[in-house]
Amino acid sequence: METILDIAGLTKVYPGGLKALDGVDLQIRRGEIFALLGPNGAGKTTLIGAVCGLVRVTGGTITAFGQDLAHNWRDARRRIGLVPQELGFDMFETVERGVRYSRGLFGLPPDAARIEVVLRSLSLWDKRHEQIRALSGGMKRRVLIAKALAHEPELLFLDEPTAGVDVELRRDMWRQIDRLRDQGVTVILTTHYIEEAQEMADRVGVIDKGRLLLVDEKDALMAKLGRTEARFRLAQPLAAVPDSLCAFPLHLEDDGLTLAYRGGDGAGKGKAEIAAIAQALPHQGIAYTALDQKESSLEDIFVDLVEREEAAA
Amino acid sequence: MINWRSTYAIYRNELMRFMRTVFGSLVSPVLTTSLYFIVFGAAIGGRMNAVGGVDYGAFIVPGLLMLTLLSESTSNASFGIYMPRFTGAIYELLSAPVGVAETLLGFVGAAATKSLILAAVILATAKIFVDYEIAHPLYALLFIILVSASFSLLGFILGVWAEGFEKLQLVPMLILTPLTFLGGTFYSIDMLAEPWRTVALANPIVYLVNGLRWTFYGQADVSIGVSLSLTLVFLVIDIAVIAWIFRTGWRLRS
Repeated sequence: METILDIAGLTKVYPGGLKALDGVDLQIRRGEIFALLGPNGAGKTTLIGAVCGLVRVTGGTITAFGQDLAHNWRDARRRIGLVPQELGFDMFETVERGVRYSRGLFGLPPDAARIEVVLRSLSLWDKRHEQIRALSGGMKRRVLIAKALAHEPELLFLDEPTAGVDVELRRDMWRQIDRLRDQGVTVILTTHYIEEAQEMADRVGVIDKGRLLLVDEKDALMAKLGRTEARFRLAQPLAAVPDSLCAFPLHLEDDGLTLAYRGGDGAGKGKAEIAAIAQALPHQGIAYTALDQKESSLEDIFVDLVEREEAAA
Repeated sequence: MINWRSTYAIYRNELMRFMRTVFGSLVSPVLTTSLYFIVFGAAIGGRMNAVGGVDYGAFIVPGLLMLTLLSESTSNASFGIYMPRFTGAIYELLSAPVGVAETLLGFVGAAATKSLILAAVILATAKIFVDYEIAHPLYALLFIILVSASFSLLGFILGVWAEGFEKLQLVPMLILTPLTFLGGTFYSIDMLAEPWRTVALANPIVYLVNGLRWTFYGQADVSIGVSLSLTLVFLVIDIAVIAWIFRTGWRLRS
């Protein structure tokens, strides 16, 4: 598959010594939705800023559309859109003028029809003559997206697109991103909502302290690191896990009143093992009164990864 | 290769911002200048001797025009670039396919355009109060354009440098206005006794006021050649500083 963006050895050290990016290597494929996950201060926004021209990098190279960004930045930036995390615009500007300005700024001729399509797709058409300051927070965020889409970018960065927006707007954003995917736009979004990555992304990268901990297909990641958890609430406390069940990853909690399972591979092994345990327990004369079972989410995987990384450091 | 559409988008956007605040941008400098004409031109000027054969009311026209041009060019351009820095909207400019040429032509071009409009309005207002002629209209136009452009550039630098609104006002208030008042707006420096005359010659604004005065009346305290050369030198220094700002990303890119 074609690589639309190739980041190699990207390093950013801020004056004062903070290492925001520490040798990041990342390839983005054309047409994919890539979610960059990480806690606050992990380097997500710096990474985006480095590609979009907001941050001057300390080292490494960025190749966009097959050309070195350091030299061919004009051509590359024309094809890149950015929706920043912070709301920032001329508050006294009207919605339509603001979007038209964005299109012009990126060197494109005015195109009223295109701007109408963008505004309608974001439910901003009715608000087009209003000053941006008069809009609600969610609407302002849509204006940011409209401004980024005005020049029809092939590669779109969304920095925390759903931070602080209500559930309805979040669902709206997801639909919008789906539409962009259908149009063939490559989307890189940062988030600290795992749910978002799980819902939207084709691939996921996890970043912490400026280092990319892993990059993988979302499904592969779930399969590789996914775990199944189950908790049997026992009628009588046990002193130890029965020998016959030693082959399974089991341990006791709550003074022996809960038999907890944590294992599997995210591809069904965990469920099968839990079924086997559920059948084995009555044969051992062990009664249970309740059974909870859940598949670990990307969130658990993410927390695991970051914790493991911190333990190793 | 300059990206003309981007340049025009910035230029147009800045002029629209000007139109949105046309009252403040136009009316207040015109009112201030009118007050000067009423007090110094019509009221006091009638009792003043002509300076170098020029009626006092007419004598102060170029200086007052210069006073307005300097402060308005500087503050317009500084606000133009400071506001997006303040609101965060600068991200869009930084991520757009525009470089130093587009940004300067757009922001500084718009600020200079505002200054030219303002100059025209002030000259028209002055005509109401005093009688004056412009001896060298083409030179006057050239000089006004050069001054507007170079002080808009200075304003741009200030707008990039400033970290708060009060700093934006610092240079116009504390440097430009005093230097203009002391720079021969209301008098010929030949009226000064030594050593003050020599001290006054160290004030760069003297050359601007007198340059403009020469284009009006064909006579001034310093020669037009010196005035034009100094303005051009100032223009080149401004551009060099701004080129450096863009090369290093100072105060713009983190």
